[in-house]
Amino acid sequence: MKGREATTPGWLGILPGTALVVLFLIPFGIMLAVSVAQRETGGFYQWGFDLSGYQRFLSAFFGGVLLTSVGIAAGTAAIAVALALPFTVILAGLSRRTQTAILVVLLSVLSLSEVIVGFSVSTLLSQTAGVGNILAWLGLTAEARAYTPSLFALMTGLTYLSFPYAVLVLYPPVARLDPELAQAARTMGASPLRTFFSVTMPLLRAPLLGALILVFVFALGSYLLPQVLGRPEHWTLSVHITDQAIYQSNLPFAAAMAAFLLLVALAMVGVALLLAREKGDRA
Amino acid sequence: MNDLSLRGVTKRFGATAAVDDVTLDIPGGKFICLLGPSGCGKTTLLRLLAGLEEPTSGQILVGGRDQTHVPTHRRDFGMVFQSLALFPHLSVGENVAYPLAIRGTPRAQRRARAEELLSLVQLSGMADRRIHQLSGGQRQRVAIARGLAIDPKLFLLDEPLSALDANLREHMQIELRQIQTRLGVTTLVVTHDQKEALTMADIVIVMDRGRVQQMGAPMEVYRDPANAFVAGFIGTSNLLPCRLLDPATLEVSGQRLPLAGQDRVKAAPGPAILSVRPEDVRLGPEGLPARVTFIRDLGESVQLVLDHAGQEVTALFSPRERPEVGIGETVALTFAPGGRVVLAP
Repeated sequence: MKGREATTPGWLGILPGTALVVLFLIPFGIMLAVSVAQRETGGFYQWGFDLSGYQRFLSAFFGGVLLTSVGIAAGTAAIAVALALPFTVILAGLSRRTQTAILVVLLSVLSLSEVIVGFSVSTLLSQTAGVGNILAWLGLTAEARAYTPSLFALMTGLTYLSFPYAVLVLYPPVARLDPELAQAARTMGASPLRTFFSVTMPLLRAPLLGALILVFVFALGSYLLPQVLGRPEHWTLSVHITDQAIYQSNLPFAAAMAAFLLLVALAMVGVALLLAREKGDRA
Repeated sequence: MNDLSLRGVTKRFGATAAVDDVTLDIPGGKFICLLGPSGCGKTTLLRLLAGLEEPTSGQILVGGRDQTHVPTHRRDFGMVFQSLALFPHLSVGENVAYPLAIRGTPRAQRRARAEELLSLVQLSGMADRRIHQLSGGQRQRVAIARGLAIDPKLFLLDEPLSALDANLREHMQIELRQIQTRLGVTTLVVTHDQKEALTMADIVIVMDRGRVQQMGAPMEVYRDPANAFVAGFIGTSNLLPCRLLDPATLEVSGQRLPLAGQDRVKAAPGPAILSVRPEDVRLGPEGLPARVTFIRDLGESVQLVLDHAGQEVTALFSPRERPEVGIGETVALTFAPGGRVVLAP
């Protein structure tokens, strides 16, 4: 510890520290203050201490919106990580060159904006130009139909966007896994599938949890895709926050919802870390 | 019994043959050491037996049954890896009982068997420890216990003791041998340490460049090496170029040496190599001229390093027989009858 303090001068922390305060803590404080401000009908807001925004949020409708947001985010996290884990394990077993090529392609997906991804998926699942035509041509369906907007389209878009993040979190620990551990399980009678579930997955517990948290938080704040690919009942809290802030000019209520969203995100991350800690102590 | 047979087993990686046409018959219940320098193919051979590699050609039979294409997890073997490959997410007891859990053995029975195995390797009462709480020697024992959990048909170990320090290693060699004797399980250990092989094995298989160079009882391989590689690899050997004139006469550096009946001749008349162990080198009134270049007093023995016509020759004496010579003196070398092996070049 001592050596570490000596090698990294403490003043290097001033810049990120300042940035954190100016760009995050102060705006966050303003947002909290706005969330309890009094709304002026037809106008902006007045400083004050009014909890009506929070009260309004605790209604069945916005409770449902919150549940939808959490459900979509959790679903995206589960699907993206469930796809990324076997993908990464197989990727790590390929030759160095192939691995690099695939990782580069994967990283390039990150450079696509949410807008492009959203409209691409929308086109792909549309009635006129979508996969429905292929299915109809193959005779699997009577005629081409649209698969968007729907929960399926929304989940497809979100999973597409978050999959690279899940792979990037999982790749380093998967690449470091000792292949002899899985081989040992094989010599002890475990089939390849059994080995994957009884050895590979438990060994990757912490990185899996990390990937789940990352994708969950990423998807929880999704704003564009629910509007492009989802129906109104799939609109996330972020969509409603924007609706309140911009179209209804109700900034205090929008700020209160944002505060809730943040609390939920923090609570989820906290629960996940607690789960990891418990097992970590035993390990 | 679980006799082990290999029929022309070959494993190629690209153009190189890591294991080259190996045919072996090993009776069951024996302790076998696969010995050779690194890269000789011994580990590949072990992995072929375990099913972790598929042979390019050839056949592997255990107890008369063809195992060549049986997947690893259906072979019912036990294996100890060089890295031990203990599962860090499981306790000591769960590690040992893993093969049983895979086979659906009930929990109580698993627990009892793990306890029994742990006491076999002198780790009673450690079942609830975590792997990272154990010392290197204890981990070694856990890996051995885990490998034996299902009463394997074949117990395979890949350089199992290489991570241990010298004292512990010697201790574990004896212990491993005792466990094997008690259980009677056919055991194959890969090692590059010839002392380890001589300590533990019923049968030593010496490998080099993917081929079996010699197979036999340890002392047989030591006293009667099949070729120059084995003579040089097992123990220390003096290898001198020579010429076999007829089956009973040898010519070394222009001097004729009559061979005795106990000497072994494994070469046809013509150029050959004379292999003599350091303990069979004697100093005499007459013999090959050599200069003393170094004397090593090792307490239990005295080692003389000599130079004969540019060839280094090592001689070993007990302290009581220490010859009265000094560095730089010229002496005459003779070789004890019965200690000479004439090998093909």
